Amino acid sequence: MVKFDIKDLNIWFGAVHALKRVSMDVRANEILSVIGPSNSGKTTFLRMLNRLNDLNQNFKMSGSVKLDQNEIKTIDPELLRKRVGMVFALPLPLPLSIFDNVAYGVRMHGTKNKKTLEEIVEKSLKEAYLWEEVKDRMDTSAFKLSGGQQQRLCIARTLAVEPEVILFDEPCSGLDPISTAKVEDAMVNLKQKYTIVLVTNNVKQAARVGNRTAFFLGGELIELSATERIFTAPADQRTDGYIRGKFG
Amino acid sequence: MRKFKEFIIEKLILLCGLAAIFFVVLIFLFLLKEGLAVFKTVSPFKFLFGESWYPISEPAQLGILPLILGSLLVTVGAAIISVPIGVGCAVYIAEIAPLKIKEVLKAGIELLAAIPSVVLGFIGMVTLVPLVKNVFHLPTGLTALSGSIMLAFMAMPTIVSIAEDALYSVPKTYKEGALALGATHWQTIWRVMLPAASSGILAAVMLGIGRVIGETMAVMMITGNAAVLPKSLLVPVRTLTATIAAEMGEAVVGSEHFFALFAIGIVLFVISFAINVTADLFLHKRQ
Repeated sequence: MVKFDIKDLNIWFGAVHALKRVSMDVRANEILSVIGPSNSGKTTFLRMLNRLNDLNQNFKMSGSVKLDQNEIKTIDPELLRKRVGMVFALPLPLPLSIFDNVAYGVRMHGTKNKKTLEEIVEKSLKEAYLWEEVKDRMDTSAFKLSGGQQQRLCIARTLAVEPEVILFDEPCSGLDPISTAKVEDAMVNLKQKYTIVLVTNNVKQAARVGNRTAFFLGGELIELSATERIFTAPADQRTDGYIRGKFG
Repeated sequence: MRKFKEFIIEKLILLCGLAAIFFVVLIFLFLLKEGLAVFKTVSPFKFLFGESWYPISEPAQLGILPLILGSLLVTVGAAIISVPIGVGCAVYIAEIAPLKIKEVLKAGIELLAAIPSVVLGFIGMVTLVPLVKNVFHLPTGLTALSGSIMLAFMAMPTIVSIAEDALYSVPKTYKEGALALGATHWQTIWRVMLPAASSGILAAVMLGIGRVIGETMAVMMITGNAAVLPKSLLVPVRTLTATIAAEMGEAVVGSEHFFALFAIGIVLFVISFAINVTADLFLHKRQ
């Protein structure tokens, strides 16, 4: 099933043509890895999916991006962002307790009942593989957690508002290998319920967790196919060059 | 040779730094020396909490409670008016206004800061004072309220520009994080931006208040200058600063009155110092 259907997408920031004629799809319950050197447009692509690009005053686009057959331009941005959650490169806990961090978005969307909140928080933390590590200290500040734990806390926070899609923007760029492995475990576990788009600078990470992999270069989508294929027999020479570390 | 040059420059800079502190200490000592003399004749308690200020009657009554309350009343009034408007204005400039309006507004705020206080006082005297008089049917429009409104204009530029800085320096990622959770623009401002910038905004408020409490000219022109215990915002009051400015010229050097005015200076100094230290604490907490 197709979750996002993208046709002829062009994006400009002022005079900069950041994405050029991108057509592709994101399938439900897959992990789609997006790789490419910096300035390749992969983050711009990701931020298109929850309309975070709209914050930039110079942003212009053409083409179509559909979520479940609905043009995302016509969806209320708040509603879209509730359905399409995002986890950022740097873990970004709020200066609140662990519990309040996870409950934050849920409360904002109007849930006040304490029992319901507790259930949602526990469920989200379990899904983010963090529950066992924090269940005895839900009231301590989120800043006391390690970097990897903070990142999983941010994942839990995103899960708590019950999105359909989760966008990961280089979620492990600041983490050590062990924390990275834990975040990756969480992601693989999550794809049963959610659709995941993972932008990463770590080619090996894309190979480890992605079902399909897309390679961007200079604002163009060069290649998109099953991850094994991309990493064993890429169709394009530039893809081959990038994953072998020849440039980028 | 180069080392020698370095040495000289280093010492010169040290000297500049020391000079600033030296002068502050000197001023403070002078203030103490002149001001504390008044306590030979009046007890500190009677001075601070005495209810009447008749410095040239015989014997002189030197109670500055009406002046302290006058200052507080005008300042609190000004804060109540200027803080919501100032913070609101800062939020608008930092978060909502399109680029062009933002620039116009910022220039306007700076212009407001550039108006000399005596000019503001003069404008207040011919426009605001009659207005207050007519609206509330008072015998005179020279009241604490008029002073508060006028001083609110003076505190506003400080509050707006520092609060805007504080909002601006909230990491962009906070805002995006909230929006990515599906928060509306207003929810993001109210629950993320303002709390994250709260220490800077508090500092802005404190500095604005600091400016108000030290202000002399405008309050002297429009608060009516009656050294009596104020019972409401709609009566004439006299502030600490206005008292010093109005009476220093006629007080006989070395007289009790003269020392009392210096003692008022100490009280003002302590209040301003406390406000600035509080503001500083908030600013440092932010970093």
